Amino acid sequence: MAEQAIPGYKKWLEAVGDQGVFFSSFFRNLFRGGFEWSEFVRQCYEIGYRSMMLVGITSFIMGLVLILQLRPSLLELGAESMLPRTLAVSFIREIGPVIIAIICAGKVASGIGAELGSMKVTEQIDAMEVSGANPLQYLVVTRVLATAFMVPLLTLIGDAIGLFGGFLALNFTDDISFSLYFTKCISSLEFMDLLPAVVKTIFFGFAIGFVGCYKGYNSNKGTESVGLAANSAVVTASLWIFVIDALAVQITSILFYR
Amino acid sequence: MEAAETDIKLKKPEEKGEVVVNIAHVAKSFGNKDVLKDINLQLKRGENVVVLGKSGQGKSVTIQCIVGMLTPDKGTVKVFGNDVAQMGEEQIKELRIKIGFLFQSGALYDSMTVRENMEFPLTRIKKMTDQAEIDKLVEEALDGVGLKDAIDKMPSDLSGGMRKRAGLARTLIMQPEIMLYDEPTTGLDPITSREISELILRMQEKYKTSSIIITHDMECARITADRIVIMNDGEYIAEGSYEELENSEDEFIRSFFNQTK
Ligand SMILES: Nc1ncnc2c1ncn2[C@@H]1O[C@H](COP(=O)(O)OP(=O)(O)OP(=O)(O)O)[C@@H](O)[C@H]1O
Ligand SMILES: [Mg+2]
Repeated sequence: MAEQAIPGYKKWLEAVGDQGVFFSSFFRNLFRGGFEWSEFVRQCYEIGYRSMMLVGITSFIMGLVLILQLRPSLLELGAESMLPRTLAVSFIREIGPVIIAIICAGKVASGIGAELGSMKVTEQIDAMEVSGANPLQYLVVTRVLATAFMVPLLTLIGDAIGLFGGFLALNFTDDISFSLYFTKCISSLEFMDLLPAVVKTIFFGFAIGFVGCYKGYNSNKGTESVGLAANSAVVTASLWIFVIDALAVQITSILFYR
Repeated sequence: MEAAETDIKLKKPEEKGEVVVNIAHVAKSFGNKDVLKDINLQLKRGENVVVLGKSGQGKSVTIQCIVGMLTPDKGTVKVFGNDVAQMGEEQIKELRIKIGFLFQSGALYDSMTVRENMEFPLTRIKKMTDQAEIDKLVEEALDGVGLKDAIDKMPSDLSGGMRKRAGLARTLIMQPEIMLYDEPTTGLDPITSREISELILRMQEKYKTSSIIITHDMECARITADRIVIMNDGEYIAEGSYEELENSEDEFIRSFFNQTK
C-alpha cells in the first residue's frame, strides 16, 4: 500500500540518488589502492576479446552498406571521388562509435548486469562484503575501467574494419586501389576528427560498465531479477550512449569548430 | 540507537565468559511486515548458541544485523561491546574480519576455482603474499571439510553439499572469533551433517570460537549446542539446554524435538 502512495517522480529521484551514491563509492574505491590488476586484465579479455567478432562483422557490413547507399547520391552530384572521404568522416566521427557502443551495450552491459545480478542472488556479493573484502573494488572498479578501456579499442578496430568494408564495396564498382582508397580516407581526417571520437568512446565505455554494474549490484534477490538487471542495463546504457553522444557533439563543436 | 557510544574503537576482549555479542530489544520490519519484534540474546565467548524456529521467522535477518548488513529499526546490537550501528566503514570492516558468516547457500564465487575461493580472503583481507604459506592453509582448510580432491574444481562442478563445505572452509580459513552459521547442515546427507556438526564443535574447542548456529537439524543442535533459543513470531520464546527444552511442558517447544524420533 505504502509503495503505491509514492509518486513516480519521487521513485525516479530516488533511483538517481542511488546512482549518485553508487558513483561516488565507485570513485572512492577507485583511488583506494590495492587495485585488482589480474581481475582487470581478465575483464579486458572477457569484454574486449569476446566482443571482437561481433564488432568486426557489424563494422564490416556497416562500411560496405554505407558505400552502397552513398554511392548513388554522390554519383548524382558528380562527387563520386568524395566517397572515401564521406565514409571516413561519417564512420569515424559518428557511426562507428555509436554503433559499436550500442553493440557493446547489448553484449557487455547485459553480461555484466546478469553476472553481478546472479552473484547478488546467490549471496556471493554479500559473502564478499561480509568477509571484510571489498566487492566494489574487486567487481565494480575492474569492470567499469575495463569497459572504459576496451570500448575505445574496439571502436578503433571497428573503424578500421568498417573502412575496409567500404573499400571492398567501392572496389566492386569503381576500380580503386587499396592504397589510393586509404590515402583518401586518411587525408580527409584531421586530428580533430579522431580525438573527440575516441574521447567520447571512453565515456561510452564508462557508461556501459557503470550501468551494467549498478543494475547488477543493486538487483533484488529473486531469480527473475537477474533477467531484469540484464535487460534494464541494456536499455539504460543505450540511452546513456545517445545522451553522451548528443553532449559530445555540442562540446566538440564549441571547442573545435567555432 | 540508545546510549550513544563515545568510545567506538574496537576493544580487545580477553576475559572468559565475557559477552561478545549482545543483542538488546532489536526490532526490524520490512515494509509493513514486522519480522523481528523484540530480540534479546547474549553470546558469551566460547559458547555455541543454537537458534531454532520455523522458516521465514527472521533468523537470518537477526544474524545479518550482527555483521551490519542490516540495521535494526529499534534496539542495539553490540559486538565486543561496540554498537554496530555506530561504526564507520573501517570499523565495520575490521569487525567483519573477526566474524565468519556461513551463508545458507555456501555462496562460493563461481568464477573462481575452489582454490581461488579459499585464497581470496587470505590475499585480499589478510594481505598474505607467501604462496607456500597460503597453499598450506588452503590445503588444511579443505582437508578439514574433506574436500582436498576438489581443490582445482569450479564451484559449478561441485554438489550442493560440497559447495556448502567449501563455503565453510573459506570462512574458517580466516579463523574468526565469532562464527555465524546459517543452516550449516541443511541439504546434506546425515553423515556429512554429522561431520559438519563435529567440525563446529572442534572449532569451538580449538579456537574458542563463539558461534550462533541457525538450524532445523536437531542432530546438529544436539551435538553443537551449549544453549538453545527458540524463535517464534519475532521473539525468543524459550531458552535452555537441549535436555531442558526437549522435556519442556510447552507442546510447541517439544514439537521441534519430536522430528528426530
Ligand atoms: N533484505 C530484505 N528485504 C526485505 N525483506 C526481507 C529481507 N531479508 C529478509 N526479509 C524478509 O524477512 C522475513 C524473514 O526472513 P529470514 O530469511 O530471516 O527467515 P529465516 O528465519 O532465516 O527463514 P529460513 O529458515 O527459511 O531461512 C522473510 O519474510 C523475508 O521475506
Ligand atoms: Mg534463513
